[in-house]
Amino acid sequence: MSLPDKRQGMEEAIARIPNGARILISGFGVPGTPFTLIQELLRQGQTGLTLVKNDANETGLGIDHLLASGQVERLITTHIGLNPRAIELMNSGKLTVEFCGQGMLAERLHAGGAGLKAFLTDIGVGTLLAQGKPHHELDGQSLVLETALRADFALIHAAKADPFGNLRYTATARNFAPVMAMAADQVIVEAEAVVGLGDLAADDIHTPGPFVDAVVDLAALGPLSAEYGVVRREQHV
Amino acid sequence: MSEPTSFDPKTRMIARAAQEVQPGMVVNLGIGLPTQIVGHLPAGFPVCLHSENGLTGTGLVLAPDQADRNLIDAGGAYVSTLPGAAFFDSLTSFAMVRGGRLDLTVLGAFEVAQTGDLANWQIPGRFTPGVGGGIELAQKARRVVVLSTHCDRRGQPKLLRACKLPLTAERCVDRIITDMAVVDVTPAGFALRELAEGVSLEDVMAATDAPLALPDAPLLRF
Repeated sequence: MSLPDKRQGMEEAIARIPNGARILISGFGVPGTPFTLIQELLRQGQTGLTLVKNDANETGLGIDHLLASGQVERLITTHIGLNPRAIELMNSGKLTVEFCGQGMLAERLHAGGAGLKAFLTDIGVGTLLAQGKPHHELDGQSLVLETALRADFALIHAAKADPFGNLRYTATARNFAPVMAMAADQVIVEAEAVVGLGDLAADDIHTPGPFVDAVVDLAALGPLSAEYGVVRREQHV
Repeated sequence: MSEPTSFDPKTRMIARAAQEVQPGMVVNLGIGLPTQIVGHLPAGFPVCLHSENGLTGTGLVLAPDQADRNLIDAGGAYVSTLPGAAFFDSLTSFAMVRGGRLDLTVLGAFEVAQTGDLANWQIPGRFTPGVGGGIELAQKARRVVVLSTHCDRRGQPKLLRACKLPLTAERCVDRIITDMAVVDVTPAGFALRELAEGVSLEDVMAATDAPLALPDAPLLRF
C-alpha cells in the first residue's frame, strides 16, 4: 500500500469552485493567508461568493482583491478594521457582513467540522451579536445557541505538505487553518514546500492528510509573491 | 529615564496601566494603546503575554527589517517571542480565553457604562472594525481594565450612565485608566481612585457623564 497522491495544478484545483460557493479562507492578517490561491480565484472570476475569513486583510492584499472585483456577496468575519474598503462596501450595502466573535467563529467551524449542529454559550449574551439567535436556559442561565458553520471549500496555506496532504504550519500562520481544514467539503491547500511521503514525522503533523483534497505546490509556481512579505505600514502612534 | 511627572498625558496613562500587570500573570493586551504597555514593563518582568492569533510568550515589536513574515501579534504588529513561547491555533487560543486562563486583559473603549458595560466594536454608520476576540476577552478574562482617553475625539465623555453604542459585553469592566483618572467600576457605579498630574477633580467630573464616588482618603496622583 501507499498513501494517495493529491498534488494538483492550481488552475484545475480552483476551477472546482463554482459561482455562489461558500469558501473558508485561512489566515489572520498576512500570516496564513493563501494569497496565491486567492489570486487564481480572482483570475478565474467566480462570482456571488460567500467568504469566511477572520479578517478582510488590508487594502491591496489577499481577499481585498476579491472585494474590489465585486466577486464577494457575503463575508462572515470577526474584524475588518484594517480594510477601509470592506467597511465602505458594508456601509453602502454592497457587501453583507456577518460579524462573529473570533473564538465563536473557530468553535462554529469546529462544530461544523466535527459533525455537530450547534452549541450553547454565554458569549455575546445581551449584545447585538446574540440578537435574533435562539436562547436556551441551562442551569438557570440564558445561553445563546450558536449554529455550526461548514462550507463547500476551504483554501488553506501551509508551510509544508506531503503529497497525501499531511500539513505543517509555521508560527502564527497556523491560526484558523486546522479548524477550517475540518469544516469544508473540499479542502484545497497551497504549500510553500511539498516534501516526500514520510518526510514529515508522524508526530509533527498539524493537519492529517484525510482532511485534504488537493495540494498545490507553490514552489513549482516560482518565488512567493510580495503579498507574503512583511507589510510596511505607517506607524500609528 | 524620565520621572513619571514629565511624561505627556498619553505616556503617563500607559505607564499607569503597566502597573496593573502583576508578576506571574497571563495577560492579553488589546489592539492600540494597550499593546504599548509592553514598553513600560521592566526588562525580565515575569509575565506571559497572550496574542489571540495563536501565541503565548509574545515579545517586543520588531522593525520591518527584523520581522518574521509569519509572526505577528493580534494587532498585526510583527513581534519577537520570548524563550518558552508557544504557537497554537485559534481554537486553542480561545479555549485559553474562555477557559479562564487569562488573569488580565487591557482593552480600548468607545464607551464604558457605570455598570461595567463595554462598547468597543461599532460606531454605526461611521466605523465598524468588528468584534475580533474582544467579546470573549471582555467576558472571560479574570480582570478587565480599559485603557482609553477620557473623552472621544469630539470631546464627548466615554464614561457614561449607559452605553449608547452596541455593546461588546455586559458588566465586564473592573477598572478604567484614562489620561485624566483611574476609575473603578463598583456595584454602586464609578468610583474615582486616582487623578493624573495637572488634572483637577472638577475637570474629571465635567468630563464624566455619570456620578463619580470619591474616596475617603486623599486622591492619589499618577
